[in-house]
Amino acid sequence: MEPGTPSDLTPSRRRFLSRLSFALSGFIGAVATVPVIGYLLSPLTRKQPRVWRPVGPVDSFTIGQTVNVVFEDASPLPWAGVTARTAAWLRRDDREKFTAFTVHCTHLGCPVRWVADAQLFLCPCHGGVYYSDGTVSAGPPPRTLPQYPVRVHNGQVEILTSPIPIV
Amino acid sequence: MLRRFLSWLDDRSGLITATRHVLEHPVPPRTGWWYVFGSATFIAFVLQVATGIALASSYVPSSGQAYESLKFITEQALLGRLLRGMHFFGASAMVLLIGIHVSRTFLMGAFKYPRELNWLTGAVLLLLTLALAFTGQLLRWDQNAVWSVIVGAAQAGRMPIVGPDIARFILAGDTIGGATLSRFFAFHVFFIPAIVFAFVGLHLVLVLRHGISERPRKGDRVDPATYRADYAAMLQGEGVPFWPDAAWRDVVFGAAVVATIVLLAVVFGPPALDKPPDPSILEAYPRPDWYFLWYFAVLALTPHSLENFIIVAGPLVFGAVLLLLPLANRGSRSVRDRPLAAVLVVFIWTVILAFWVAGQRADWSPNFEVPSLPASVVGSTDSTVVAGARLFHEKGCEYCHAIDGYGGKRGPDLSDVRSRMPPDQIGARITNGSVNMPAFAKTLTPDQVNMLVAFLATRGRSSSRQ
Repeated sequence: MEPGTPSDLTPSRRRFLSRLSFALSGFIGAVATVPVIGYLLSPLTRKQPRVWRPVGPVDSFTIGQTVNVVFEDASPLPWAGVTARTAAWLRRDDREKFTAFTVHCTHLGCPVRWVADAQLFLCPCHGGVYYSDGTVSAGPPPRTLPQYPVRVHNGQVEILTSPIPIV
Repeated sequence: MLRRFLSWLDDRSGLITATRHVLEHPVPPRTGWWYVFGSATFIAFVLQVATGIALASSYVPSSGQAYESLKFITEQALLGRLLRGMHFFGASAMVLLIGIHVSRTFLMGAFKYPRELNWLTGAVLLLLTLALAFTGQLLRWDQNAVWSVIVGAAQAGRMPIVGPDIARFILAGDTIGGATLSRFFAFHVFFIPAIVFAFVGLHLVLVLRHGISERPRKGDRVDPATYRADYAAMLQGEGVPFWPDAAWRDVVFGAAVVATIVLLAVVFGPPALDKPPDPSILEAYPRPDWYFLWYFAVLALTPHSLENFIIVAGPLVFGAVLLLLPLANRGSRSVRDRPLAAVLVVFIWTVILAFWVAGQRADWSPNFEVPSLPASVVGSTDSTVVAGARLFHEKGCEYCHAIDGYGGKRGPDLSDVRSRMPPDQIGARITNGSVNMPAFAKTLTPDQVNMLVAFLATRGRSSSRQ
């Protein structure tokens, strides 16, 4: 309607109808966006379970050695494929005691590698270096290499699935 | 017959008159080749939409199957290799061209009155282009993509308070998994391009509304009170029709861009697929595509104490500068009156290029693939020295230290270490470590340290080594 075009509605009725139209447009917009935003934000509210995953019989690990073990995430989606896998660096400290380190460098999450001869974890991204106990020995990492909870259960070494350690 | 049909079409739709209006609107004379980069960015974008639609018709956006579908597209599908290549080089062109376009409009002061909103919509398009570039690299769902998502999430995680939530949002959960890829796909293919279309439309409407900025002249100051009248008078006096007087350059340059993209795609093909997207394969060298390689270097080379600040504040400051720039909307547009603007643009491009070169070399990364030192480099038959040389490789010294060209560049080159350091100091350094050097006291026996020292003591021009 051009401004100034005569209206056959009373001013109060015009005001009411325009407010009604604004409100209903807002309703349409909200219906189109709110569930979508909620859906996209769902990873923030979804509580992911944590489960113990076996990574091998106790006797398959040599005391003093650190090896790469692979286990599956807690509740992978059916189409996750290989992305459901997570690795950890597992060391058998003595007969009963195991230590499991995350593979994620505390700098920016890149995969650290255990170099057995040097007894160091080295990061290929920005050159972070950790001692065998996970403390930082060189490079940009701000923190010690985090560990996964690990236990021995029915002769199996088990690791508790955990979020990627970020900050 | 055709004429009657066209006149009917125009009567019912108004399209032909509107198009003619746009094509023939007067533009400033002598705009020249500097004005082609915006339209070329748009042409590259259109090509991305076209090749993207083709790729999306066989790409499977599932974390478990995307990799196989990429292999199918690249190795088996008719024209698949070409289309993937075009999509990669088209993305590269878009990033590069929008960078040049932003630099050009900044240098020519085209963001000043009355074109502030042209700049702001363009700034949004720049950020969206970078978002498309990042999400697009991830859709090449191989090992490198998986680690890029994690590195991106780890960076977001540095932000105070909301960081961990943003990181979870990026990963779509606690870890990489089935939900991660399909979300990036939806953003890259639907959401971000839809916003790009909207902003391109707005950007073009604004270009038509305010007209193409005329070539700035030294000393001419933008005065909101008179600018519009002066601009209209200039168009009246010496304006030329956009088509074809100015547009031919856009078309010629755009065609050259398209031809270059196709040529590169044919000659080099798409970027090779890395290993499968299995986060448990730890033999990885995560690297961003070339357009973010400079930032990869920034993250390696910044002092650790400043790092959080740079990761969080860097992008915010960059965004704020882009948004606030139009506040400086008066004064001369000519770069000859704004030497600081020229210095700034040269500085930014130089810094990015320098970091890019550093990122290409990545000297800070240990080199896991170094071969053991050949006998010609060891240059001795003394059993202790030979044993030391073997330890130098086995114990990982060589990952970070080079000798005569063999080894990593993470730490100092040791080809000539004997002339810098006496043997007892070398031994102490190995045992106790130093800034950025691990201590090997627990890893090496005193005998092994002695062998290493014996070997390193032969590394020097002044030594007896022949």
